[in-house]
Amino acid sequence: MSAANPSATTRRLAAHLNRRARWRWPEILFWLAILAVIFAAPSRAAIINEVLIAGLFALSLDLILGLAGIVSLGHAAFFGLGAYAAAILASKGIADPTLGLVLGAAVAAVAGLATAPLLLRGADLTRLMVTLGVSLMLGELANRNGWLTGGADGLNFSIAPVLGLFPIGFTGQRNAALYSFAVLFILFTIARRLAQSPFGLALAAIRENRLRAGALGIDTSRRIIAIYVVAAAYAGAAGALLAQTTQIVSLDLFDFHRSADVMLMLIIGGAGYLYGGLIGASAFIVLRDVISAATPEYWEFWIGLALVILVLAGRERIGEAPRRLIAFFAPRAARRGVA
Amino acid sequence: MISRFSLLAAALGAALLAASARADDNTVTIGMILPMTGPQASTGKQERAGAELYIQQHGDTVAGKKIALVVKDDASAADVTKRLAEELIGNDHAAVLMGFGLTPLALAAAPVATEAKVPEIVTAAATAMITEKSPYIVRTSFTLPQASAPMAEWALKNGIKKVVTIVADYGPGVDAEKWFSDTFEKGGGTVAEKIRVPLKNPDFAPFLQRVKDDAPDAVFVFVPSGQGAVFMKEFVERGLDKAGIKLIGTGDVTDDDLLADIGDSALGAVTAHHYSADHDSPENKAFVAAFEKANNGMRPNFMAVGGYDGMALVYQALEKTKGDASGDALLAAMKGMSWMSPRGPVSIDPETREIVQNIYVRKVEKKDGALYNVEFATIPDVKDPYKAAKH
Repeated sequence: MSAANPSATTRRLAAHLNRRARWRWPEILFWLAILAVIFAAPSRAAIINEVLIAGLFALSLDLILGLAGIVSLGHAAFFGLGAYAAAILASKGIADPTLGLVLGAAVAAVAGLATAPLLLRGADLTRLMVTLGVSLMLGELANRNGWLTGGADGLNFSIAPVLGLFPIGFTGQRNAALYSFAVLFILFTIARRLAQSPFGLALAAIRENRLRAGALGIDTSRRIIAIYVVAAAYAGAAGALLAQTTQIVSLDLFDFHRSADVMLMLIIGGAGYLYGGLIGASAFIVLRDVISAATPEYWEFWIGLALVILVLAGRERIGEAPRRLIAFFAPRAARRGVA
Repeated sequence: MISRFSLLAAALGAALLAASARADDNTVTIGMILPMTGPQASTGKQERAGAELYIQQHGDTVAGKKIALVVKDDASAADVTKRLAEELIGNDHAAVLMGFGLTPLALAAAPVATEAKVPEIVTAAATAMITEKSPYIVRTSFTLPQASAPMAEWALKNGIKKVVTIVADYGPGVDAEKWFSDTFEKGGGTVAEKIRVPLKNPDFAPFLQRVKDDAPDAVFVFVPSGQGAVFMKEFVERGLDKAGIKLIGTGDVTDDDLLADIGDSALGAVTAHHYSADHDSPENKAFVAAFEKANNGMRPNFMAVGGYDGMALVYQALEKTKGDASGDALLAAMKGMSWMSPRGPVSIDPETREIVQNIYVRKVEKKDGALYNVEFATIPDVKDPYKAAKH
């Protein structure tokens, strides 16, 4: 450490972070391309909407898994909580989507804050059990309190137009996709900013070696709690979006397969660079849609096969593959460290 | 270079576009949304086989229109059901939606059916209130009150005075409990205890011990069909049959599809339901034979008949409208339609769009080495009592 000249170090670090935080043209193109697909394929708006929401959910997992190295098998807990919060608000007659979205994220964040201390104890295996347990408990709570949640029958409700202008529903599928796109983009921008701030660097240090990070003077517990709460809020927002754009919630939102699917998406796309969740979500859902249209009974077999091949083809390269792809398509940007 | 990067997104977009098919004017597409994977997969399998058998037997052309059946898997996730319903109508131009394995799945598609004015034929889900959620919902399966109330009446007439009910804790279970208990108590019977068990991974043992301690004449049970085997096994293991407690319920617990797996512990169970593979009619004998032939010897259950009759309803409605596949015309033609189903005579109540059918009281017996629900009493033309009570 150049303790003799801390201000020079800080200046260099700040310059470095600012350089990294700049938007590169491949990223801008990426977002424009999504917008273009929404407008070019209006008949597929519903599935695009699902991809965007799954992408936001995977982004949320990337915040804890990719940035801070915290594994979770119960991320659906926050997703379901956000969905139910938005749904219950709407079913009580307060149908404004923006309000529901904020409430969904807030409720999930509070739940994240309440359960985060559990994550500070124990290692990965303990965390897997704890997160899984929390999501099972919430699922059963939703089941037991049918007067509020509709129980196993689910809850149907209607939703007001977004910002009072854009109706969403069967005739407003593109509006739904655009609404999800806008929310995803805003939240992604914030996440990107977070990842490239000193806070993000501290998380990277914790991910690599928590003991050493602590020895460097980083308050690791507070950092972990902070990112966990942010990730929970993101998952809650994704859940609220799904509830609002489909106008139904049911107990399967808390199912284990939701947590597992989002983990798969992130693994397919690669963790740690934020775009992985979005790429993985599109790959997973489009693949599922195409295969299950061809063989509705046995699509799980083909998805499984695809995953096995993906892993065998290069287990250590899974995280690297999308970066290489970017490097292949846009070598200059990759060198500068977009990814 | 720039365009090469955006290839990623373009390729995804192209894949999405390619996946949407187009139908011509002379084709009537029927979108069938079913759980084909996951815990409800057996429902999807039976339903699909039933619908396909009808097309196979009656040809794929009706009133000059070609019938195209598109089957989609929702894996029992309500948001997927809703998206599939939107896409089937928006992209495949489906004239009819069909299927729906569970209550929330049927409800998820209801607003889409209403908005698009497309008939939604529920061929599986059985909670009574489903048909009230959209004026475009028609049902060809059954409702739990339809089967539970007759069961109570039969019990009253056959010397059963004290009953404990055990139901799975969700919409259909609550329906079954309410309509059995209300009917039974109104007729002078006593319901000693009403037990609700969790829907997922239930352990029946402690509940059955409570039943044994209550020493009722009979236990009335509703569990979703897949759980019947576990329940029956526990029932015998706990010695309830030896304690002289009769087992009565709706036909879900002795589902034809599972009866062979349940084995002899099912012997003597008395249930009320709308369909048994053993139903004695020429229509049913032909149906069972053709179904088993087309499906490697799989025995049809009430789900298969729901899918078969759903398709029958579409064919007959199309004949009546002379090929007009617009939603309102089809819906009007379906109301009041009556026909001979493998389960017996059925019709669609024009007011509630709910199926009217015979309910049979059956007992599990061994016939030629195989277990069957053998019908011994018939309650003709049962309307859904839930809606009848409201009108």
